[in-house]
Amino acid sequence: MWAILSILVENKPGILFKVTHLFRSRNFNIDSISVGITDNENYSRMTITTYGNDKQIEQIVKQLDKMIDTVEVKHLDEHKTVFRELCIFKLKLSNANDSMEINKLANAYGGKVHDVKKDSIMVELTATPHQIQAFEELTKPFGIIDVARTGVAALQRSGA
Amino acid sequence: METMTGAKALMTAMEKEGVKQVFGLPGGANLPMYDEFARCDIRHILTRHEQSAAHMADGFGRVSRKPGVCFATSGPGATNILTGLATAQADSAPMIAVTGQVPVAMIGRDAFQESDIIGMANPVVKYAFQPRLPEEVPEAVKKGFYIAQTGRPGPVLLDIPKDVQQNEAPMDFPDEFKIQGYHPWNDPDIASVEKAIDMLLNSEKPIILAGGGTIISSAFAELQSIAETLMLPVVTTFKGKGAFPENHPLSLGPIGMHGHAEANKMMTEADCVLAIGTRFSDRSVGTFEAFEKRLKIIHMDVDPAEIGKNQTTSVAVVGDVRASLRIMVKLLLQRSVKKTEDSVWIKHVRETKDYWKENLKLHPGEMGAAKILRKLRELLPKESVVTTEVGQHQMWASLFYDVIQPGTFFSSTGLGTMGWGFPASIGAKVARPDVPVVDIAGDGSFSMTENSLATAVLEDIPVIVFILNNSTLGMVAQWQRTFYDRRMIGVDQGGCPDYVKLAESYGAQGIRAQSMDELDKAIKSALSSDVATVIDIPIDPEEDVLPFVAPGTSLSDMILPS
Repeated sequence: MWAILSILVENKPGILFKVTHLFRSRNFNIDSISVGITDNENYSRMTITTYGNDKQIEQIVKQLDKMIDTVEVKHLDEHKTVFRELCIFKLKLSNANDSMEINKLANAYGGKVHDVKKDSIMVELTATPHQIQAFEELTKPFGIIDVARTGVAALQRSGA
Repeated sequence: METMTGAKALMTAMEKEGVKQVFGLPGGANLPMYDEFARCDIRHILTRHEQSAAHMADGFGRVSRKPGVCFATSGPGATNILTGLATAQADSAPMIAVTGQVPVAMIGRDAFQESDIIGMANPVVKYAFQPRLPEEVPEAVKKGFYIAQTGRPGPVLLDIPKDVQQNEAPMDFPDEFKIQGYHPWNDPDIASVEKAIDMLLNSEKPIILAGGGTIISSAFAELQSIAETLMLPVVTTFKGKGAFPENHPLSLGPIGMHGHAEANKMMTEADCVLAIGTRFSDRSVGTFEAFEKRLKIIHMDVDPAEIGKNQTTSVAVVGDVRASLRIMVKLLLQRSVKKTEDSVWIKHVRETKDYWKENLKLHPGEMGAAKILRKLRELLPKESVVTTEVGQHQMWASLFYDVIQPGTFFSSTGLGTMGWGFPASIGAKVARPDVPVVDIAGDGSFSMTENSLATAVLEDIPVIVFILNNSTLGMVAQWQRTFYDRRMIGVDQGGCPDYVKLAESYGAQGIRAQSMDELDKAIKSALSSDVATVIDIPIDPEEDVLPFVAPGTSLSDMILPS
């Protein structure tokens, strides 16, 4: 099972280390992680995606909750959550039509095109990890030079 | 607000917490705090190694249920306490370790005796503080003591840079503070306790498994009341040994890898277990699957993360186990439940217990482990405190030394730290100077921290070290005999050192006991001695600890003496 965990932590140095260390020492894996300050400067929100069975996810949540620096730990239901990841692709341009084709794909996925050069192009995409994966598959034939992903940011929908 | 240095603030804040002594070793980076001993009432107890200081603080904490405090300098001083922190963390013991650190401006520059102790200690402490300004010291101390002794207790590290110790600031010692993400105690859910009672009443073969949490929360009276009201046999984990008087008719003793035969038998036959303050460690329950297959598990624990970690539970009661058991006692009283008749199950339990009392084969020699430890039990007042080292002697103590007064037996059960027992006994004696304190030891384990004899003698802390000396790393040797076709590698201690002479060289009393008669005299002499005493008892190096549940097998696959 793929799980999105939302962890509100005190905004102090060393907390990211403690959280990631917990995953390592308890034999869990981090699939992606994103961290940023919240509207209240005393807190940061970490969004971690991970894999595990129900029992493992429950245990991760409990161990995170037990940490003194975590204020709130939630296992988000992806059907009741807005979750997005930012991804930047640098793609090869080999043929005359490539630029147009990539532009079309980017539009279809709500992406933006940047830095168009003679033999390369960059696409910025904000989407779910699943959509990013699909976009990656579609652009593979052009040749991917580099990819940078931010990890998921997520918030539960109101009333969910 | 009074202006003072960070070091003075540390000592003042500790005095406010009721600290009477600190176990430690000075060095360059903690000299400012050491200088404060000249100006305060806290006693300093000098150790010969920082690891021992940590174990002493741990032993003090387990016995007094207040955090023991140890001091170490930066760098190697700090890394030397890591084993002590990990030991306390594994056994949920309250402890405060204060380390010196290089000045703030030097941190991260690989300064002399700099170590990133916060980074290293993180996985083995409950929490760690590194105040960067002197005025942060009082609150760090206050919070540290609170965290160490509330909820599931554990060690807390305070790493204080030297300039933070030296510099002055106006100090505020707050009584109130908030730790937003820390909820040490949940209120036990009464409906769950009701459900637990129904489950116990509707089971044919119910049993109580008392873990270390029962001892940490001093739930002795509640446990006994429930066992007697419901006529439940009581087994314990090794850490829970002595949560229930081991001379009680319902007591079966510890289960586990070297559990009592009757305890392991009854645990595997039970259909419902009331498990109190235990994490179901592999050493206690063997293979997890076999344990939970047939068994309905009621799990009481203060730590929500323990519920479902190692075992799937039928009913969970989260909260201080004493509070949970109190609710159970009250509900049983309300329902007027009181079992008096012996059930088929309890008759079977009694017969099994009697059978193993008669039929467990023991070492035939005069100086077999069982005879030695039963002699010790016979001569020690029941309120005496016992610690153990780690190894064969520890498991023999579990099998043959009956704890009569609850909460008087302590051991490094989780981390299994050799060298823990002796310094821990010194800490225990500081906490309970009014009772005899004995470290049941093996020669291998004792030799790891034997230089604490200097502390025991010079600081006038007369503990008794009771060495079952097979001149071997006995437990390893037993595994080599059992699983490695008797290839004995790296276990021979070669009769070195002579522990009587060693004790005498430190100014302690050393006695060798080679017969039961000599042992009787030695124990009596130790009990009346004003100085620490080492009793060296040569035993047969071939004696195994039995019963034995091999690692990775089930409690029902117990190897018995043949």
